[in-house]
Amino acid sequence: MTVTVDPAPAAGPAPEPGPAPEAKPSWLRSRKAKETGLAALLLGPSLVIFGVFIFYPLVHNVYLGFFRSPPFPGLPKRYVGFDQYRDVLGSTEFFDSLRTTIVFAVMTVPVGIALGLGLAVLAHQQLRGIAVYRTFFSSTVATSVAVAAVIFGTLMNPQVGLLPWLGISTVPPILQNPTWALPAVAITTIWQTLGLTFILMSAGLQGVPDELLEAARVDGAGAWSRFWHVTLPMLSPTIFFAVVIGSIFAFQTFGQIDLLTGGGPLKKTNVLTYFIYTELGNDPGKAAVLAVALFLLTLLLALAQIRLLERRVTYER
Amino acid sequence: MSAEVASAVAPGRGKRRLKKVGQYTLLTVLAAVVLFPIYITVVDSLLRPEQITTQPPKFFPTDPQWSSYQEAWNAGNMGLYLKNSFIVTAVITIGQVVTAVLAGYAFAFLTFPFKRTLFVVFLATLMVPFEVTIVTNVTTVADLGWYNSYAGLAVPFLATGFGAFLMRQAFLTLPNDLHDAASLDGYGHWRFMTRVAVPLARPAVAALTVFAFLGAWNQYLWPLLVTRDDQYRTVQIGLKQLRGLSIQDINVTFAGAIIAVVPLVILLLAFQKQLVRGLTAGAVKG
Repeated sequence: MTVTVDPAPAAGPAPEPGPAPEAKPSWLRSRKAKETGLAALLLGPSLVIFGVFIFYPLVHNVYLGFFRSPPFPGLPKRYVGFDQYRDVLGSTEFFDSLRTTIVFAVMTVPVGIALGLGLAVLAHQQLRGIAVYRTFFSSTVATSVAVAAVIFGTLMNPQVGLLPWLGISTVPPILQNPTWALPAVAITTIWQTLGLTFILMSAGLQGVPDELLEAARVDGAGAWSRFWHVTLPMLSPTIFFAVVIGSIFAFQTFGQIDLLTGGGPLKKTNVLTYFIYTELGNDPGKAAVLAVALFLLTLLLALAQIRLLERRVTYER
Repeated sequence: MSAEVASAVAPGRGKRRLKKVGQYTLLTVLAAVVLFPIYITVVDSLLRPEQITTQPPKFFPTDPQWSSYQEAWNAGNMGLYLKNSFIVTAVITIGQVVTAVLAGYAFAFLTFPFKRTLFVVFLATLMVPFEVTIVTNVTTVADLGWYNSYAGLAVPFLATGFGAFLMRQAFLTLPNDLHDAASLDGYGHWRFMTRVAVPLARPAVAALTVFAFLGAWNQYLWPLLVTRDDQYRTVQIGLKQLRGLSIQDINVTFAGAIIAVVPLVILLLAFQKQLVRGLTAGAVKG
């Protein structure tokens, strides 16, 4: 392939397109070896990073879970086998955290997608200046979780005048209210991800063939019926993708919790990732078990995504 | 006859105009709702703290106080944090694009043993959220002597399965004959990659760049875990500091949030198309 001189004695004539030879000619073998070497070089950097920072931690986590952390730092950790897995995963603390995580996902994902889809449908019209509205609707992609949390957290400060003026009571402060703290974090999250959801849904809408909608219109279908019976089914892969990705994101929620509630009040916002974070310093063994649980949960969601991916690949052919 | 036509058309036209007004009104109201948190943040950053706590709240800064930005930049260290964020983000973005191009090229153009298996390994990394690996990675980074350093912040993110997958897909769409023609011209793999494949896959590279930048810039948990002092803290962690300010400095908190947003707003306005492509790369084919 390359112009470098091949040391192999392959100086013979080029292979003729006759019957296939029994053994592969040496020029092919050396080319193959060369490609393998090059592939190793090209894949090497990625594989090293993956090995050290993804696959090793994954295995090491499971191992760490077998050891109970010492009561005082400096003492040796103790091997307890599956005991720690049983204890941690059977605890009400874990159950509550898991429930909070799932409730949070349920609060954020469907509403977020519905809002993003609604905006995308509205912005998917031939109107003058619609590009400006599209930019507005996608604007929250410029914010980060931390920016959104600081903005909403500060606006929810009971001393700030905005919420009382809107008729929203800040006594007790929303973020210290066991009932409203999690919904408040959810609203912050929905706003922050709205831009991304809008962009995703708009891209999906672009894939709905106009002829199909036109045909439905000719058949006398109204706007609502066209949306319900044509657009939505055509958009189902995009929506499914958004649900999977959104759920995976929701299961990784951390920044909002750290900045807004610190897992409180009364651990009502102690989502799994935040739970891992707080145990990381106190009890690494317990944190490892929780991380293994988080991995298995996201694996379930990710497998759904892979299936979708495969379906799309076959779709393309 | 013509009058008849006119009377049949006119109400339709009026109705259409009314519909249009309705559409614009709805779009404008919704845009106002979406943008309101940003708007009120800008306003509050320019008010005096006692104006922020008054009732009814002010929705326009009649006497803008720009000093809050100065305070956030200097006392709030936002200038330093921005610099750190830019360094770490640049290293991660460049690293991710380079490793993705290399790996994507191998998967698209080379034949080698265990190709399928290795590709599955790359895809498998997509299924492991970073949060799962932190327990071990914090120790690894400390053992490498990278705690509280740019290396500790950046190195774990220098390669992604997503990037490799994206680049492979982009390379696979290039015509097959291209490679044959290039090799007839005496192009080796390296020259073909840098002179032909990457330039032709520019849209995918751009999309990946924006995607990687956004992800790196917005990181929160990892920088929180591996930095100890201001020297290496990023903007997102700086915001945590500002969040802790008292009510007397609440305008500085708002100013800090705006400072953290501005670089991304500029970037995203400049690269809107690439952004959309990057964010939807996984969701929509093409």
